[in-house]
Amino acid sequence: MERTYHKQEINMTEALITRINELISHYPEDKRKSALLPVLHEVQDAHENWLSIELMDKVAEILLIKPIEVYEVVSFYTMYNQKPIGKYMFEFCQTSPCCLNGAENLMDYTCEKLGINLGETTEDGNFTVVGVECLGACGYAPMMQLGDFYKEHLNEEKIDQLIADCKDNKIVLHDK
Amino acid sequence: MKVTIDGQSIEVEPGTTILQAARMIGGEVVPPAMCYYSKLKGSGGKCRCCLVEVAKGSEADPRPMPKLMASCVTGCMDGMEVNSKSSERVTEARKSVTEFLLINHPLDCPVCDQAGECDLQNLSFEHGKSESRFIEEKRTFEPENIGPNIQLHMNRCILCYRCVMVADQLTDDRVHGVMDRGDHSNISTCISKAIDNEFSGNMIDVCPVGALTDKTFRFKSRVWFSKPYTAHRDCPTCSGKTTVWMFGDEIQRVTGRKDEYHEVDEFICNGCRFDHKEIADWTIEGPRAFEKDSVINQNKYNRKLQKVEIATEDHILLGREEDRKKISMAEIPLTEEDIINQKSLGNNG
Amino acid sequence: MSQKILLDKINVPGIKTYEVYRQNGGYASVEKALKTLTPDELVEEVKTSGLRGRGGAGFPAGMKWSFIDKKSGKPRHLVCNADESEPGTFKDRYLMEFIPHLLIEGMITSSYALGANLSYIYIRGEYMWVYKILERAINEAKAAGFLGKNILGSGYDLELYVHCGAGAYICGEETALIESLEGKRGNPRIKPPFPAISGLWSNPTVVNNVETIAAVPWIVNNSGAEYAKIGIGRSTGTKLISASGHVKNPGVYEIELGLSVYEFMNSDEYLGGMSSDRPLKAFVPGGSSVPVLPAHLIYKTAAGEDRLMSYESLSDGGFATGSMLGSGGFIVYNDTSCIVRNTWNFSRFYHHESCGQCSPCREGTGWMEKVLHRIENGHGREEDIDLLLSIQSKIEGNTICPLGDAAAWPVAAAIRHFRDEFEYHIRFPEKIKNRDHFVAEPFEKVKHLVSKEMI
Repeated sequence: MERTYHKQEINMTEALITRINELISHYPEDKRKSALLPVLHEVQDAHENWLSIELMDKVAEILLIKPIEVYEVVSFYTMYNQKPIGKYMFEFCQTSPCCLNGAENLMDYTCEKLGINLGETTEDGNFTVVGVECLGACGYAPMMQLGDFYKEHLNEEKIDQLIADCKDNKIVLHDK
Repeated sequence: MKVTIDGQSIEVEPGTTILQAARMIGGEVVPPAMCYYSKLKGSGGKCRCCLVEVAKGSEADPRPMPKLMASCVTGCMDGMEVNSKSSERVTEARKSVTEFLLINHPLDCPVCDQAGECDLQNLSFEHGKSESRFIEEKRTFEPENIGPNIQLHMNRCILCYRCVMVADQLTDDRVHGVMDRGDHSNISTCISKAIDNEFSGNMIDVCPVGALTDKTFRFKSRVWFSKPYTAHRDCPTCSGKTTVWMFGDEIQRVTGRKDEYHEVDEFICNGCRFDHKEIADWTIEGPRAFEKDSVINQNKYNRKLQKVEIATEDHILLGREEDRKKISMAEIPLTEEDIINQKSLGNNG
Repeated sequence: MSQKILLDKINVPGIKTYEVYRQNGGYASVEKALKTLTPDELVEEVKTSGLRGRGGAGFPAGMKWSFIDKKSGKPRHLVCNADESEPGTFKDRYLMEFIPHLLIEGMITSSYALGANLSYIYIRGEYMWVYKILERAINEAKAAGFLGKNILGSGYDLELYVHCGAGAYICGEETALIESLEGKRGNPRIKPPFPAISGLWSNPTVVNNVETIAAVPWIVNNSGAEYAKIGIGRSTGTKLISASGHVKNPGVYEIELGLSVYEFMNSDEYLGGMSSDRPLKAFVPGGSSVPVLPAHLIYKTAAGEDRLMSYESLSDGGFATGSMLGSGGFIVYNDTSCIVRNTWNFSRFYHHESCGQCSPCREGTGWMEKVLHRIENGHGREEDIDLLLSIQSKIEGNTICPLGDAAAWPVAAAIRHFRDEFEYHIRFPEKIKNRDHFVAEPFEKVKHLVSKEMI
């Protein structure tokens, strides 16, 4: 399938390389490829939460594998983004137990508030809202994933607050 | 080791799969296989066309296996008893798989270069239904150009993974693979890269459907109009042993030599396949034999041409006779038989 | 008050840290195992305990361990399956988040039993903060000498790492998990060979659920025979249940197997009854893939016996009138919920999560979702109900891995027990336009419309 090309600034910082090498050391020397998933997470986190072709090629080079092996994996797993997305990605769980507690209505509310449709990004590039499948928080529904963390027992007031906090840069996305 | 398939027994070496044993017996017991390819390591198990019923596990453990097993990846055991075509459950499962493979298939056989030598056509001829129960919109993919020699039609793909294995096992730089997942899985290079490795053309030969076809042969002819000949040439890259497909004096297409299960004897290089289409390039050994039911065999060199009679002429004359009765002799009352005949004509119209 | 062996210390302040965990008797099983038991004796203890795999299939853990190939001389691995993704299930996350050292202790003891020197915990990528918790806990355990070379001077070496997935339910299937751990797409492998012979990097491997491994320290400390005394019949020990849906107190509970469903649902110690005055309509006892049961089959089996929280009682009556304990994902529905919508939702989930490798699952899950979506949105046809039953029966049993079955079962069960609700959707499309159609007008109130039509 033809894919749209997006350009990305690549910045493999020293800290990132150190962390990648640490991850690689978790596997036998001849099994570097095993580190692919954790390494992609780290690289994506350091690059505005998405992976360009160039970035995937870079990962292939580090792990001594073919670029296609990285593309195949990236496209299989839902957590890797292949195009630029909003700084704050609201990933609402939309599987049944959450829906029993009003997840669908809350998603509508959030989209309306941000003026976008599900799956879209706001014009300022700040917010993306998507529906994802079961995140394993069924007892604390409705909920969403934001960066490395879960926001649970959500309601309209909490959504308002979250959006405000994001705008004020009060939200920590990653636990590094 | 002795294994019995549909009542026919055969002695096999340990490590033989049920499918291989069935192919040794031959004939109707052989399960269809869309993804298994004996020359590709790790192939098989995916399409589920070759499911069989293991009625007896082995002499040592005679219990039947509860689920149907994919015969291409299930090893024979001594004393094993297998039901293939003889089992209704197996027939039912093969029908199911056929239906699943067809629901999203474009069914564009009239414009597909694979038509006539397509395993999916054969499978649906054997196990398919005349009507589809699928009323939803079919899944489609954006086209991708994978270079000057190979045409990719993702909508026709059944995801057998054979072409990926060819790239992995025959070439040293695989640039295409399976992207995405579920029913959106697709064969792609991800970056619209040309697949130009010296042996990449074999992807076309291993493709069971029309997902990968030869661009140099595209829309040139229906396969059954060209005549296949066994040919060879001195090739520095591969064995040079091929089948050339001729129309008159023209070589329209070059492929590997395929056996009755549509597997090539030997993989050939892109040079032989795409770049040598002159008769002078080849030593032609003689006509290539195909299984007797293949359309490729029909009305070819091994069968005498017979006079073709067009049955419709009779019907047209009959119709005129009926019309004459109705129009010009309306005053004559119709008999009951006439009325029934008219009704049935009307229904057929 | 039933006995707790996994979550008994969950409320001890600071139990997340190594010091507090150790002060409260943590890592005793490692000391006991490494100093006084041989690996084979340990396997025997687990066999005696009757502990069954807590991921969903319920296969006896000790038996699984005894299959591991020790003759080949290849390195062996233990992989903990923390890829918890079955809708309705969130117990492993709770355990790892609040008492991570219990899992690590279990990993050490179990790895020792299997003779594994390199083990992994495969956690789903979405649990990223739990991944960090585990990484820190592993570092603490290593600093305290419970991991690394020559643990407690016993000569036994073990390296333990966490590996994170990246969003794929299918990686909860053990061979897909192994593929994913090898840095590949999560396509399940064709079995045989089983992982116990050829698993991670073709080495003998055992894959166990978080909860299974977390039960091992208690078994080592108290003996398998003691463990087998807890529970009922072949359902020994305790089980973590994740409760969600329309209940008063959703959350994770540790129960003794054999507790009655009625007590679990209604006692204040557990779920405390329904969340509102709306009546109970249906429940799913073991995560989205097991059959849903209607109200009249929840507290009593078809034979009129009390339904218990055990592998056997929940499956009493087969699929006709029973279900399965599965992973213990307990989802409760009141009469405002729509079974058709719920079934479509689950179907969408399986369609989304199918790896796409084998044809029945790849094509069938998408087809079911599309048909269910039509019915739920008022475009159903009378023949669609039988079509759904036919599609699901063609997927079931014909796929490489159990995801096909998991996608097929909920559809069959929903139609089996709630066929009239599907008919209602098909015959009265104007009444189901709103997604909350049963909130104002529960199905019980309009049921007569469908029964009339049937006369």
